[in-house]
Formats: sequence, C-alpha cells, structure tokens
Amino acid sequence: MADEVKTPTAPAPVGGTEARGEGRTDRGDRGGRGPRPGGGPGGPREGGRKYFRRKKVCKFCVEKIEAVNYKDVRLLAQFVAESGKITPRRLTGVCTPHQRRLSKAIKQARNIALLPFAGRAQ
Amino acid sequence: MNRSYEVMFIVRPDMPEEDLNKLISTLESSVTSAGGTAKSEVWGKRRLAYKVAKFHEGIFVLLVIEGSGGGIVHEVERRLRVTEQVIKFITVRTDEELKRLEKIKKIRESRKKTSASATVAPAVPEAGTEPAPTTV
Repeated sequence: MADEVKTPTAPAPVGGTEARGEGRTDRGDRGGRGPRPGGGPGGPREGGRKYFRRKKVCKFCVEKIEAVNYKDVRLLAQFVAESGKITPRRLTGVCTPHQRRLSKAIKQARNIALLPFAGRAQ
Repeated sequence: MNRSYEVMFIVRPDMPEEDLNKLISTLESSVTSAGGTAKSEVWGKRRLAYKVAKFHEGIFVLLVIEGSGGGIVHEVERRLRVTEQVIKFITVRTDEELKRLEKIKKIRESRKKTSASATVAPAVPEAGTEPAPTTV
C-alpha cells in the first residue's frame, strides 16, 4: 500500500541520520555488493580495501615449475618467513594447488633438517 | 606396477668415508637382491637446520629405488634404523609424481604439435602459451 518509501520498522529509533528509507544507497561498499561492482583495484574507498590488491601471479604457474621437490631448499626458502613459518598464500600470490604441494614439500624438508621448524636457518 | 622411492638419509659427519661406502653398497645390494634397482648420490657434508643427535652438520645421502613391492623399502628402512651412524632418514614415494609429470609433459607436447600444424585447436582445458592466434 505504501508508495515508495517504506520503513518496515516505523517508530523504531533507528539511528540513521539521512537516507533511512532507501536501503540501497552506498552506505558501505564493503564486500562489493554495492551498486557499483568492482571499483577497480584501488579499492573504492579505504574501507573496502580487502578485495583485490594488484593481482599477484603465482610464481609456479608463470615459470611452469611443475614439480616442487623437498630437495631444492633455495626455492622453498623463498616461501618461508624469517621465523621459519610458511608464508600464507595471500602474501605470496601462489595458487592453491601449488601452495598445497609447496607446503607438503616444506614439511618434508623440515623433517630432513633442510629447513628449520622454528627460528632462522642458521 | 613399478613403484619408485627416494630415501634420503643423514649420516654423522665424523663417519669415515669407506664405512659410508660400505653402508651404501649394503643397502644397494639389499635392494637389487629383492629385485629392484638402486642409485645412490652422496651430497656431502651440509649444515643442518637444527641440532640432530647433538650434531650441527651431517653427510646427506640420497638413494633412488625402483622396484615393485613395498618390502624393499621396508628392508632398507630397517637397516637404516639399525645403523647407529644414520641419524635421520625420510622415504618419499615418487611414482605418482612422476606419472603426473609425464602426463603434463605429454599434454604440452601434443598441444605444441597441434599448434604447429596450424589447425584450429578444439577446446583445450588450459590456456596455453600458443603463438598461433586462433581468432574465431
């Protein structure tokens, strides 16, 4: 029966200052569900920064390295932090299947004392 | 079905070389007597990433085994466990990995051939690096 602006909770003290009626304003582009899909890799605002930074490419896909062996310590050490931890995928840009193989290889290398479990590789 | 394994083990750094060679030949003979092939590679002394059995260095040896039946590797591992000089070992099964690599190589080869003959390649699952532009 209402024309265009309907607030389902009529007398409820919603703290909204303006534009209370339309739920479709860009009150926050978080999650990218706003009316403008994908503001570009700068992020539409500082708030919605999580969504994609400059597209990192997977090093293994680019160089077409198929086999990740636990024996090549130099390659593996690039993906291990100073503390000995495996760096997460979102920082290195590795794609999922390669990250799985990489992490398996790192764990094998740790077992055979080629990489440390914790602490710098002395 | 031919299984292939890689056994890498670390030996104390103060082990004399002829003892090491004796150990390696014993392991290799145990593999070949059970009907497999073995190839060994000594990497030499390397620094360990953490202290193992109070040592900071060790001699790394890689043994590549090919043979059917898990009994071969079981025997090798048993010997390694018994030998006091061996401070660490790891066994990795490699035949599935090799199979996968072969498959990828074959796909790449066949893709190269079809692009070289300049025919319109049908739906290829992966985006390959083909210089021939097939614009449809």
